[in-house]
Amino acid sequence: MQITSELISYLESLGRIRLTEEERKNSEKDLQDILSYIDTLNELDTEGVEPLSHSFPVTNVFSTVEEPFSMDRDLILENAPESENGCFRVPKTVE
Amino acid sequence: MDFETVIGLEVHTELATDHKIFCGCSTKFGGEPNTHVCEICSGMPGTLPVLNKQVVEFAMRAGLATNCTITRYNKFDRKNYFYPDLPKAYQISQLYLPICQNGYIELDSGKKIRIKEIHMEEDAGKLIHDEWEGCTLVDYNRCGVPLLEIVSEPDLSSAEEVQEYLEKLRAILQYTKVSDCKMQEGSLRADVNLSVRERGAKEYGVRTEMKNLNSFKAITRAIESERERQIDAIESGEKIVQETRRWDDSKGISYAMRSKEDAQDYKYFPEPDIPPIEISDKWLSSIEKTMPELPDAKKARYINELGLPEYDTGIITGSIYLVDLFEETAEVCGSPTEAAKWIMGDLMKLLNESGTLPEDMKVSGKALGTIIKMLAEQKISRATARKVFEKVFTDNVDPESYVKENNLGVMTDTGAIRSVIEKVVSENTKSVEEYKSGKEKAIQYLIGQSMRALRGQAPAAEVTKILHEILD
Amino acid sequence: MSAKINTLGALETAELIRKREISVKEAVSAVIAAAEEKDKEYNCYTTLCPEKALEKAEKVQALIDSGDIDSPLAGVPVSVKDNICTKGIRTTCSSKILGNFVPVYNATVVDKMEKAGMITVGKLNMDEFAMGSTTETSYFGATKNPWDTSKVPGGSSGGAAACIAADEAIIALGSDTGGSIRQPCSFCGVTGLKPTYGTVSRYGLVAYASSLDQIGPVGKNVADCAAVYSIISGKDEKDGTSMNFAPFEYTAVLNGDMKGKKIGIPADYLGEGLAPDVKEAVMNAAKVFENMGAEVEIFPMPISKYAIPTYYIIACAEACSNLSRYDGIKYGYASPDAENLRELYIKSRSEGFGMEVKRRIMLGNFVLSSGYYDAYYKKALKAKKLVQKAFFDAFEKYDMILGPVAPTTALKLGESLSDPLKMYLGDIYTVMVNIAGLPSAAVPCGFDSEGMPVGMQLIGKPFGETEILRAAHCFESATDFSAKRPQMA
Repeated sequence: MQITSELISYLESLGRIRLTEEERKNSEKDLQDILSYIDTLNELDTEGVEPLSHSFPVTNVFSTVEEPFSMDRDLILENAPESENGCFRVPKTVE
Repeated sequence: MDFETVIGLEVHTELATDHKIFCGCSTKFGGEPNTHVCEICSGMPGTLPVLNKQVVEFAMRAGLATNCTITRYNKFDRKNYFYPDLPKAYQISQLYLPICQNGYIELDSGKKIRIKEIHMEEDAGKLIHDEWEGCTLVDYNRCGVPLLEIVSEPDLSSAEEVQEYLEKLRAILQYTKVSDCKMQEGSLRADVNLSVRERGAKEYGVRTEMKNLNSFKAITRAIESERERQIDAIESGEKIVQETRRWDDSKGISYAMRSKEDAQDYKYFPEPDIPPIEISDKWLSSIEKTMPELPDAKKARYINELGLPEYDTGIITGSIYLVDLFEETAEVCGSPTEAAKWIMGDLMKLLNESGTLPEDMKVSGKALGTIIKMLAEQKISRATARKVFEKVFTDNVDPESYVKENNLGVMTDTGAIRSVIEKVVSENTKSVEEYKSGKEKAIQYLIGQSMRALRGQAPAAEVTKILHEILD
Repeated sequence: MSAKINTLGALETAELIRKREISVKEAVSAVIAAAEEKDKEYNCYTTLCPEKALEKAEKVQALIDSGDIDSPLAGVPVSVKDNICTKGIRTTCSSKILGNFVPVYNATVVDKMEKAGMITVGKLNMDEFAMGSTTETSYFGATKNPWDTSKVPGGSSGGAAACIAADEAIIALGSDTGGSIRQPCSFCGVTGLKPTYGTVSRYGLVAYASSLDQIGPVGKNVADCAAVYSIISGKDEKDGTSMNFAPFEYTAVLNGDMKGKKIGIPADYLGEGLAPDVKEAVMNAAKVFENMGAEVEIFPMPISKYAIPTYYIIACAEACSNLSRYDGIKYGYASPDAENLRELYIKSRSEGFGMEVKRRIMLGNFVLSSGYYDAYYKKALKAKKLVQKAFFDAFEKYDMILGPVAPTTALKLGESLSDPLKMYLGDIYTVMVNIAGLPSAAVPCGFDSEGMPVGMQLIGKPFGETEILRAAHCFESATDFSAKRPQMA
């Protein structure tokens, strides 16, 4: 896999991050090295192998809730950088 | 050119569970902002989701009721995107193995609208726009309320079909107690995927997706509008762009939603925090056993066994609230025919006049049944029955005590009735003479006058009988 | 007495408290005093909470005095990695983006330890969001290796391992996603356990890679780690991936021998890249086991070659999703000069995350993005299956697997920061255990020519904690590597 400047920009965009000039300069090389190494996985024959996402075959785990309950609103908002009228406050989402 | 419309629907319905899909918070509608919220549904670092079993069972019911195959081994996946209404920045949903697949809903025409899949997911929070401050406030009360997304194949071809499909789907979800389907509260919402193509063409046209449709009327209007917009565009040689459009119901037009500056890719992958769900034969059959009679079966039974008119049956079975009222009324009064007549007549009139939806009405089947029974037993007159029903509709009064307290019962004292009628006869000598001179019709006027004098509380047959005795 | 309490182990401390030779308050004060003094040099802690701890100490003392607490570690001060949520105590993940985050709830493990009378005295430095193998990616500065302050303590639980080595703590809690408990234990000459996936609740552990993360103890000896594991393990209703299993009895670890036990060493763990000193120490350890009556055999495990790619694909994919919630809206750092929503996201995240985190977010986004999912993520999940199968096949023949923890001893500070791939390759022997969900104990087994500690790991079957900790305990009893402490200035 070839790392290009465009791909870096795309990945920045997907992750909602923006690299500084300095960070960007090293990133291309570092990501290229890492991905080239990761590509060695292609040599592994996985024909007919079922993907395993959970290590152990556990199924059907459900919660037990007798009575609905919530947390005190002050606690919910305690760490909010900006809050107003019991809500989290963000810059406007519609233009 | 002759165009045909191709429509597929994605319907989201909020489930009537008592707590949220992955935490213990209440799903109750309303409430002060962020009061039905905990560390889990607000996405605090370190928190984990644990699945509410009821959600799985509701999904199974919805699937069985729409002729789906239940996916015995199904899983959750993460759908990743950034938006302030989604505190974890991913929605836990099902992409690869949804719980229900390959179902259908049959329209009255016999056309089957195929359901591609039904999957479980979590709802997002609510954004409140503060125009004055130029900011947006975020309320997570709805965040984590369980949803089913019911995805149809593009089998619908008109606004009428869409409306019928949605009405049938709503009835099914209500019958199975999966959702209350209150569109005004957002517990039933639809996104419309629409394209047009030359009639008979094999390939689909480019489709658009319309969001923000929160009433049947808005859906109908949006479909008509989008169909016209696409046809106009094609006829004037423009290309249709695959995009998401927002319907503005007050203006009656849709807008293309601004294409985001940032790349959009949901990056679905298996949810590592929730183990898969395995549905055994035993579990499935226990759910099958609890399945209620569904709308189409009920309709057939009302027509064939109860002998109700097809039109009335269609209206009543279209709403679980009307069905519940009908069945209780019939049970109490013993006459399904009378129960249906009252619902189609007086109740519909009152609902329409007051703009009330069946789900919000206060009338109970016990009250209506009692009124019908009192009327049949001649304890009240028809006019009184209607008056009492109006009172039940507005104030939820108990019919029996209301009749008693207001002295509205039928007069049973024949002597008293006779004396009122004698007074009427003595005051209407002209009509009496006409009658005696052979004008049979004149007696109708005398019956009317007598009934009025008796405030409608005497049986009409009795009044007629006494009048004949006096005059003949 | 109280001046040296910080040098004690956890069970030892609890014993002295039980015998009324020291008070809970003395134990807490001793650890805090040691931490305050030595941390100028080693930087093990991100936060110390003396007031809260001393207040708690009094309550626990009262419970002990009235006989209302039944726990092997009542009154013992514990230091907790800073990615485990502690109610009312700042939990930063050593990141600027959570620099001011004070959780409003406790992680399940913290609740369990509190219930057992253990007292949280502070939060431990780590690689930012547990991403790194050196603790150098911490926003709060690198932790230094107490054996040589020019060297790294390993990571990501570098604070946990270093504070135990430096006697700045009695017992600590770390987390292990790809070796984050075992590798710093190896670099700092202390003992640690990465438990079977699902045996310790992850509720309240700030997620890095959800399918791989496990919390585990870091301590001065095997028995201490076993005792902590007995307290923190068990099915938790709040963690859907936690499992039901027979309760773990730590005393079972202290008895038994190695007679007739079969130990396998993967040949691939001894090949190219392994430092000769490390290899020698591990092979000497094998001899120790043989002398105790165990059979040791070297066997091929060629899948090892693919461990690093598999791990980084899975871990980064989950991480990029797990870390998307840090956006400047609900908690943590919000960029002060964001003019609109998009800028709030981008600036808060760009200013709040360090480069290693950004790199893994980009890698994760890449392997999950449309068009690449099958080639990378799905492929890695298939490789995961094969890694697990390779272990399960090996366990048909062996009771446990022995190997080095890391290819080298502790590296110089700054050495691997400049070359991320080189740092990743150092995880070669540890990540497979996480991929397969297995337990593994890291135990000191020697020193290199410069006197830096070497660690080995004993990998067990699922839920095989008793077996591997018993072996570790036998080894510890037969050798004196665990008892050694760095010479401090």
